[in-house]
Amino acid sequence: MNLIRRKFLKTATYLGATASAIGAGVLVPQRVLGAYDAAAFAAKDVNSAISATMGTDQHTASDTIKLKAPDIAENGAVVPVTVSSSMSNVEAISIIVSANASPLTSSYQLSPACEAFVSTRIKMGKTGDVIAVVKADGKLYSATKEVKVTIGGCGG
Amino acid sequence: MASIKIRAKAKDGVTTVKTLMSHPMETGLRKDSKTGEKIPANHITEVTAEHNGNVVMTANWGGAISKNPYLSFKFKGAAAGDKIKITWVDNMGKGDSAEAAIK
Repeated sequence: MNLIRRKFLKTATYLGATASAIGAGVLVPQRVLGAYDAAAFAAKDVNSAISATMGTDQHTASDTIKLKAPDIAENGAVVPVTVSSSMSNVEAISIIVSANASPLTSSYQLSPACEAFVSTRIKMGKTGDVIAVVKADGKLYSATKEVKVTIGGCGG
Repeated sequence: MASIKIRAKAKDGVTTVKTLMSHPMETGLRKDSKTGEKIPANHITEVTAEHNGNVVMTANWGGAISKNPYLSFKFKGAAAGDKIKITWVDNMGKGDSAEAAIK
C-alpha cells in the first residue's frame, strides 16, 4: 500500500472539508476551546454578541434551560446568576445582559464530561434582561429573565 | 498569596466545583471619584479548570463579572481524591493557579 499517497489524500480531503466549512460560515476559526475572543466582548448589542461568541445569532427560546437570577437586584455590582439545563450534549453557555454597554458578560466552553450547569456573579448597569444562551448539538437555545436593578454596578 | 479558593465535592458521580478568586475586576468604564480619570480595565479574561490534567471547562470573562469572582460548575467522571486545578489569566497578563483535591 502506498502510505505516503494515502496520507496525502487524507490530508487533502481534511483540508478541503475544513476550508469549505469555514467558507460556509459553519466553523468560525477562532472559536476553538479556550480561545479568548475580544471582539465578542466588545460587541455593543445582544445579537452581535451572541453571533460573535456562538457563531450565529439564531436561537430559540427553550424551557429546558433554567435561569436563576433575582427578580430585583439591590446591588447591580453583584447579581448571582445560575444557568442549568436538562439538555444533553451542551457545548457552551453564554450569559448576556441586554442593558450593559457590552452585553456579553461571560461564556463557558464545556467539555463532554461537564453537566450543563454554571453559576457565577455578574454586574448589571441597570434594569434589563439577563439572557442565557446554551449551545447543544450545534444549535442555540436561550432563556431570558428580567432583573430590576436598584443601584447600577457598571461605572458611574 | 494564593488568590484562588477551591471547594470540590463528588457526590453520586457528579463533582461540584465551587471557586472564589480575588481580583478587582475593573471594567475600564469606572472613573476615579477624586481625579475624574478612568480606571484602566483590569479583569480576568480566561479561567481554565483541569481535572487530572484534562481541561473540563474554560470560561471567557469580560469586565461584567463581579469583583472577587465566584464560579461554580459540575462535571462527571471524577472520584474523591482526584486533583482539580483552576487557572486564571487577566488582561494585564497576570495569572494564578491553584490545585485542590476533590472531597
